[in-house]
Amino acid sequence: MAAPMLRWGCRGRRWALACVDGGSCHRRGAPTGSTSNRIRGQSSVAQQPLHTAQKPRKGEHKWAAVVGLEIHAQISSNSKLFSGSQVRFSAPPNSLVSFFDASLPGTLPVLNRRCVEAAVMTGLALNCHINKKSLFDRKHYFYADLPAGYQITQHRLPIAVNGSLTYGISAGKECGQVIPKMVRVKQIQLEQDSGKSLHDDLRSQTLIDLNRAEGQLRVDANISVHHPGEPLGVRTEVKNLNSIRFLAKAIDYEIQRQISELENGGEILNETRSFHEKLGCTVSMRDKEAKQDYRFMPEPNLPPLLLYDATSLPTGADPQQVINIDQIRETLPELPSVTRERLVQQYGMLPEHSFTLLNEVGLLEFFQNVMKETRAEPKKVTSWVLNIFLGYLKQENLAVSESPVTPSALAELLDLLDSRTISSSAAKQVFEELWKREGKTPGQIVSEKQLELMQDRGALEQFCYSVMKDHPQVVMDVKKGNPRAINKLIGLVRKATLNRADPAVIKEILEKQLSS
Amino acid sequence: MLKGYVPPYNATVVQKLLDQGALLMGKTNLDEFAMGSGSTDGVFGPVKNPWSYSKQYREKRKQNPHSESGDSDWLITGGSSGGSAAAVSAFTCYAALGSDTGGSTRNPAAHCGLVGFKPSYGLVSRHGLIPLVNSMDVPGILTRYVDDAAIVLGVLAGHDPKDSTTVPINKPLVLSSLEDVSKLCIGIPKEYLVPELSSEIQCLWSRAADLFESEGAKVIEVSLPHTSYSIVCYHVLCTSEVASNMARFDGLQYGHRCDIDVSTEAMYAATRREGFNDVVRGRILSGNFFLLKENYENYFVKAQKVRRLIANDFVNAFNSGVDVLLTPTTLSEAVPYLEFIKEDNRTRSAQDDIFTQAVNMAGLPAVNIPIALSNQGLPIGLQFIGRAFCDQQLLTVAKWFEKQVQFPVIQLQELVDNCSAILENEKLASVSLKQ
Repeated sequence: MAAPMLRWGCRGRRWALACVDGGSCHRRGAPTGSTSNRIRGQSSVAQQPLHTAQKPRKGEHKWAAVVGLEIHAQISSNSKLFSGSQVRFSAPPNSLVSFFDASLPGTLPVLNRRCVEAAVMTGLALNCHINKKSLFDRKHYFYADLPAGYQITQHRLPIAVNGSLTYGISAGKECGQVIPKMVRVKQIQLEQDSGKSLHDDLRSQTLIDLNRAEGQLRVDANISVHHPGEPLGVRTEVKNLNSIRFLAKAIDYEIQRQISELENGGEILNETRSFHEKLGCTVSMRDKEAKQDYRFMPEPNLPPLLLYDATSLPTGADPQQVINIDQIRETLPELPSVTRERLVQQYGMLPEHSFTLLNEVGLLEFFQNVMKETRAEPKKVTSWVLNIFLGYLKQENLAVSESPVTPSALAELLDLLDSRTISSSAAKQVFEELWKREGKTPGQIVSEKQLELMQDRGALEQFCYSVMKDHPQVVMDVKKGNPRAINKLIGLVRKATLNRADPAVIKEILEKQLSS
Repeated sequence: MLKGYVPPYNATVVQKLLDQGALLMGKTNLDEFAMGSGSTDGVFGPVKNPWSYSKQYREKRKQNPHSESGDSDWLITGGSSGGSAAAVSAFTCYAALGSDTGGSTRNPAAHCGLVGFKPSYGLVSRHGLIPLVNSMDVPGILTRYVDDAAIVLGVLAGHDPKDSTTVPINKPLVLSSLEDVSKLCIGIPKEYLVPELSSEIQCLWSRAADLFESEGAKVIEVSLPHTSYSIVCYHVLCTSEVASNMARFDGLQYGHRCDIDVSTEAMYAATRREGFNDVVRGRILSGNFFLLKENYENYFVKAQKVRRLIANDFVNAFNSGVDVLLTPTTLSEAVPYLEFIKEDNRTRSAQDDIFTQAVNMAGLPAVNIPIALSNQGLPIGLQFIGRAFCDQQLLTVAKWFEKQVQFPVIQLQELVDNCSAILENEKLASVSLKQ
C-alpha cells in the first residue's frame, strides 16, 4: 500500500497527504471506527493552509474563527504508493490487491517513483520548501480496513513544508471585486490509504475492499473560535467531508455551534465530529478516548528519501535512480497565479476577471481561442466571455465543453460588432440565435434577420430630422436641458429605423442637428 | 497464529536457491516467530539436538555415574533457528536457511557444530522473511562447511528491488584460499570476557587467538565500551519493532481466526490471545509500552542513540587496523532441555544473546565456526565478526581457521545402524533419526 502525499484510503494506495494544521498545535483526534465509513481517495494532496476568517456576531465581543484543513488527495499514478498493484476505478472488490496490500507476512514496501515526483510537483506548485531528505513512519491503530495494523506515512519529516497558496474571495456580487488572500500550507506528506469498509448492518458484518482507488477528495476540518487577542480556543475536528459545498457548510455550522455554546456558558470538547449532510449539522462521533496514541515509529523498511537538485546531484548518477527537483520544476505547467498575472498584464483585464477565467474549466482556453481569431479589443472579448457567454452556460448548467457556441463563432460575431456592422443589441440577439444550435453562422443570422446597421448616414440623418419634426415637444425638452429627453428621441429614431441604426450614431446626429 | 497459512509466494532467498536447482527438503521447526534462544517455544514442540544421540556425547555420558537413562536428557539445539541447525547437523540436507536477529543462526550453529553465517545487513534480501526486527533481521545460512556457506551466499547476495534495504554488490562472491595470515589483524574485545563464560570456552577462545598469533597474524585486544548496554538497548528496540510487526496478525486475511464475532475489536483480541504464545504477547506489550508517546523519547529514541554508539564501537575497532574480531558465540555448550526450561524465555534470551546481538545492532557480518568438542563431547564454536559488506573476507578467514581446527564429524552411524536393525525387523522402509 502506498499512496503519496495526500492521504488516501485503500491499502497500498498512493496517497499524498497534505496536512495543514490550523493555528492550534493539538494532536489530531483519533480516528474512531466510523472514519472508515468512507472511501478514501488515493492521491496526494497538498497541505491545506490555515485560514482565518472574521465572523463577528451580534454580541458584545467579536469572535474570530480559526480553521485548519487536512486534505487527502489521491495521486494520479498507475500503481500504488508502496506496491506494484494497479490503480483502477470501479474495479471489482479486492481485485487489485497485491501480497503487500493484504499485509501478508514477509512483504515489504517499495516506493513508487511517480508518486514522489507528483508530491514534489505539488510542493513546488504550492511554494513549499522541498525537503531533500524526508522520512517514513508507521502510524499504528487497529481497524479492519488497515490490514497491517499500521499506516505508512510521513510524520516526522515530510517531503514538503511551509508553502502558500494565493486565492481570491469576492467582496460582493455587485461590485465584483476580488480580494486576494493567502493561505499557509504547513506540510505535504506521502501516505498510504487504508481499505474501504462497507458496513452491512443487516448481517452485522463489515466487508472490506482492499482495492482503494476512487479518486475522491477527502477533507478533515479543524475548527476553533476565540476572541481576537485571546488565546486560541479548543478545536474540534470534522472528518470525512468530500465536497467543497459540504466542507463550507460544515465549517459554517461548526463555527456557529461553537460560538453559541460558548456564549451560553458551555465549553467546547476536543473531539471528532462528522457532518450530517441531510440535517446540515455536525454531530459528535462515538469517542472512546479523546486522544489516541498512534505509537509512531520510523518505518525500518524504507530508508530516508533523498532528493537532489542541480547543485547536489552526484556526478554520473543514473537518472533512473534519482529525482532532480530542478528538473521537475521545469516540467511544471504555468501556475494559475502566474497565468492570472499574465492575463492582467497582457489584456489589461481586472484581477477579478482573471480569477473567473481560471475558475471555470476550459474557459481560459475558450477565451484565448476567441482572442486568436478576432480583431476585437481584449476588453470587449473579456466582457462578452465572462458576462454573456458564461451567463448562458450557467443558466443551462453547462460546462464550457458543452457550449453550443464555438470560439470561432463568437470571434466572428465580435468582428461584426467591432466593424460596426451590427449594433450591440443586435449582437446579443445574434448570440441568442447561435445558442439555439441551428448551425447558422453569425453572418447568416445577421442577414436573415436583417440586423445590419444602417450604413447610409444620409438616410439616417433624414430619419432623425423627421422624428424631430414629428415630436417638437420632446425637442423642446431637450433644449430645456432635460437629460432624459434625448434618450426618448433616440428611442424613436431606433424604432423608426427598425433598430438598424447605431444608437451612438443616432445620438451624435441628433445632437448635431439640435445644435444647429 | 499462522495455522493453515500457506504462503502464496516464495521468499527471494528461496526463489534464488530454487532457480539454481536446489531442492526444498522441508520446512523446519523454530521458536515461535523467532523469539527465543532454545527452539523450545514453537507450536510443534521443542527441537532436539542431534548431538544428544551422537557417539561422542553418549560415550562421555556413560562415563558419568549420574546420567539418567532414556531419552529424558536430550539437549537443546539453541535457537531460534534450531530446526534448521538440527536438520543440517543430522545430515538430512546440504544447507538450511534460518534467520538471525540477535544470534538466532549463530547460536544453534554453535550448539550443533555447524557453520552459522549471518550476512551483512543489506546484502541478502528480506523479502519473504517474516520480520521480527526489520532493522536487524537477516536470513542466516547453516552448513557443515565454510565453502558450502560461501556457495549459498554467492547465490543469495545482491540487490532485490522488492527489498528497499538491500544494496547492489559490485562483484560476485568467490572464496579464495588463504595461506598466509601474517597480514591479518585479529581483534579480541575485552568486554566479551564475562564471568558467566564457561572456562572450557574461554580456554578454547584463548587457544584460537594463540593459533592465529603462532601463524604470524597480529592479535590485539580491543575495546567495545558500550557492550554492557547492548542487551537492554536490544530489548527496547526489538520489542518495539515486534509490537509493530505483529500488529498485522489479526486473523482477518489469513491464518488463525477465533470464533468470536461480537465485534471487530473482540475478534482481534481473542484471535491474538489464542494465536500468540506468552513470549510473543509479552514482547508485544513491552514494545507498545516503549512506543507510547510519553515513553518514546526516553526509551525508543534513547535506545537508538545507544545503538549508534554500539555500532560506532565496532567501527572504531575496525578503524584501528583490525580485520576481524574473534569472540565466543555462546556462554556454554548445549544444555539439557529440562535444565534450559527452568528459566523463562526472556531470561534465557538475555543471557544467551550476549555475544551475538551487538552484531545485529551494528549490521555486521558474523559467523560461528565449530572449533572443538567439549569435555562432554558436545560442539563448541567461536564467532568471527567482520566489517560491513566484507563478508567475503570474513569467510576467507573463517575457512582458514576451519582447516586448522579440523572439527570432528558427528558420529550418528551407531544410531542409524540401531534404527536400521529395528526397522528391518519391523519391515519398515524409512530410516528415521527420531527416538
